[in-house]
Amino acid sequence: MRVAFLGATKGMGRALARVLAERGDRLFLLGRDVEDMERSAADLAARGEAPAGSAACDLARPETFEPALDAATAALGGLDAVVVTAGQFATQEELEQDVERARELLTVNFANTVAFCERARARLLAGGGGTLCVFSSVAGERGRKPVVLYGASKAGLSAYLEGLDHRFHAQGLRTVCVKPGFVKTGMTAGLKPPPFAGEPEQVARIVARAMDRGKPVVYAPGPWALVMLVIRSLPRFVMRRIGF
Amino acid sequence: MAASSNNVPTLSGWGRLARPGREVLSEDLERLTEGKVLSRGLGRAYGDSALPPPGELDVATTVLADRILSFDRDTGLLRAEAGLSLAELNRLYLAKGWFTPVSPGTQFVTLGGMVAADVHGKNHHVEGCFGAHVTRLRMRVADGRILECGPEEEAELFWATVGGMGLTGHILEVEFRMKRVPSPWIQGESMRVADIDEFIARLKESGPDWPMTMGWIDCASRGARLGRGILYRGRWAEAASAPAEPPKRKRRKTVPFDFPGFALNRLSIRAFNEAIYRTHVPAFKSGILHPEEFFYPLDKIHHWNRIYGRRGFTQYQCVLPESAGHGAARRFLELLTSRGGASFLCVIKDCAAEGQGMLSFPMPGISIALDIPVDRGTQELVDVLNRDVIDMGGRIYLAKDAFTRPEDFRAMEPRLDRWMEVRRRWDPELRLRSAQSVRIFGDPT
Ligand SMILES: Cc1cc2nc3c(=O)[nH]c(=O)nc-3n(C[C@H](O)[C@H](O)[C@H](O)COP(=O)(O)OP(=O)(O)OC[C@H]3O[C@@H](n4cnc5c(N)ncnc54)[C@H](O)[C@@H]3O)c2cc1C
Ligand SMILES: NC(=O)c1ccc[n+]([C@@H]2O[C@H](COP(=O)([O-])OP(=O)(O)OC[C@H]3O[C@@H](n4cnc5c(N)ncnc54)[C@H](OP(=O)(O)O)[C@@H]3O)[C@@H](O)[C@H]2O)c1
Repeated sequence: MRVAFLGATKGMGRALARVLAERGDRLFLLGRDVEDMERSAADLAARGEAPAGSAACDLARPETFEPALDAATAALGGLDAVVVTAGQFATQEELEQDVERARELLTVNFANTVAFCERARARLLAGGGGTLCVFSSVAGERGRKPVVLYGASKAGLSAYLEGLDHRFHAQGLRTVCVKPGFVKTGMTAGLKPPPFAGEPEQVARIVARAMDRGKPVVYAPGPWALVMLVIRSLPRFVMRRIGF
Repeated sequence: MAASSNNVPTLSGWGRLARPGREVLSEDLERLTEGKVLSRGLGRAYGDSALPPPGELDVATTVLADRILSFDRDTGLLRAEAGLSLAELNRLYLAKGWFTPVSPGTQFVTLGGMVAADVHGKNHHVEGCFGAHVTRLRMRVADGRILECGPEEEAELFWATVGGMGLTGHILEVEFRMKRVPSPWIQGESMRVADIDEFIARLKESGPDWPMTMGWIDCASRGARLGRGILYRGRWAEAASAPAEPPKRKRRKTVPFDFPGFALNRLSIRAFNEAIYRTHVPAFKSGILHPEEFFYPLDKIHHWNRIYGRRGFTQYQCVLPESAGHGAARRFLELLTSRGGASFLCVIKDCAAEGQGMLSFPMPGISIALDIPVDRGTQELVDVLNRDVIDMGGRIYLAKDAFTRPEDFRAMEPRLDRWMEVRRRWDPELRLRSAQSVRIFGDPT
């Protein structure tokens, strides 16, 4: 598989890139810190298939999207998949205290991620189809007290990916919307892990399989599918009362 | 991360003795270590080596910084970020014919922790400690600078850091030489040994032919059976005599909760030790072994430290020098058993020449390691054992220690002043500290 990968430097992106490289997929890395991407490229090369290259791509700077995808397409000689694990998090308290920060996070996680995906989707379809795998979150399933703003950005992203799946499935686009539960990465370091907290390696294996099968929605790690089934079915008056 | 009643977060080593402390994590070690007093890896040091000093809460935990930066397939030279675990290194390289030059008895350690404790393995009599194979370190030192050191560059800093328990600087990257192995399997032998004297004779006689040796001792037996146990020895199997397929990763069981305090008592320890000895049938075994079986038998059970319950445990590891002469190990075990110091696990190893790490643990002699459940008598037991070790001219291993008194450590360590001098040159105000360094070296709090 030829994969353009946005967000391979850290967390679940690092783990997923490793799984793909170790099984022989050819990656092209996209990210905002070019020097740090070189280190990730070296790590992947030591483990498996060496990445074909890397290019600057910052979700806060939409003008970087097109050149980055150009570079990836050229280096890989076409695209079979585009993966987006990049995203940002801040606590509800932090975002409430700083509206500008909230606006930035909503822009990066939603508007700009969608803009990036639109370009990626067009390229995949131009090549006859392919897989667009994007990390949303269980936080987008319900409006919830601790993640009002972050959750809203992910709810929008999930809705977009679902629409995309319906609209372009017949033309060969496979969208994979990943909804991780709590996973122990740098993003969540310092937060108290709930039961069922997962490891990035665990998520990576599940997502690689979902990509192969073109599974439109995937919860990871597994138990979160059940947890969210319950959360989705709770009546509003209950959600209002609980802290979750 | 358990919180104590007054809501101060606590942290502990593998022996589960908790102190106020909190892990801070990041992929970016340069940023993470800024202003921090101590780095921590996977927390496999038993005592308080990887815990913050009183008055500080945060330690810089390196485990997210785990990238391999380069690997030379011709020479085996590997460079990686300090949080890379040995388990991951084994998973990636063993099947390709490479192994770490030195491995401790668990693979859940980081490269940074392996350097900081200058770990030794079953092959100490052949390869020395891990530090002997390290070619370069990238470090953040106390004044905030980031620099590289090695045996040829800032050599004093390097050898003070190898075995320096994180007190001379934060290790950001490690470069070392991996070893080629003919196959990923072990040609091994194990045999029952009747008593401690035979044990030492067997260890010594095995050394020249077997690059890896170690033994398990039944510490509950006395008298004529004192120090009976099982000797293990191995070498990498030649490709021709090994299975063609690579070893499958072992499934791990887990201890899901703390055992109650009464689970581990003198009787259950005796029964366990008796069972291990008796079930080694026939008395001599030989064959091809799974590498994890040979190197990491304890890793089969995740969180095995929970069997010690909430009170936790400590490991007492000392080396009894060759110069103490024949019978030193017997006297030591007699002292232990007369004090009622029952140990669930007791491991004996052969140590060869001292390395260049200024505070590295091994010296020529016999290393004995005991797991001891903590109770009211533990401090006294450690004191008594330490006095014996001082008399013999031996020393203890800081990576295991939680009880040794400063005056006792000083009496064991004629090298301490030299190491302190180098440490102070790089850190005059002793900014970098641990709970252990305050306890043993009298660092300021
Ligand atoms: C079951 C078991 C078996 C063992 N067998 C052996 C054995 O056979 N031989 C042996 O030598 N040891 C053995 N050990 C001890 C273990 O190898 C050492 O304690 C090792 O240091 C643990 O590595 P870690 O990554 O967990 O480090 P930690 O326990 O987290 O830290 C240990 C020390 O290293 C320092 N440190 C860690 N990372 C860094 C860094 N990046 N920069 C600076 N300092 C750092 C810490 O400050 C601390 O002083 C064993 C431990 C266990 C639990
Ligand atoms: N961890 C969880 O519990 C959890 C739960 C649900 C959903 N998620 C979602 O899963 C995804 C991955 O999370 P994670 O925990 O692995 O996060 P992480 O460890 O914080 O990694 C985030 C990645 O995103 C990249 N990134 C951030 N902002 C960027 C930008 N503006 N432009 C380009 N790249 C950017 C980072 O690159 P740099 O190296 O440049 O920083 C990094 O590689 C995220 O979308 C997150 O929202 C996480």
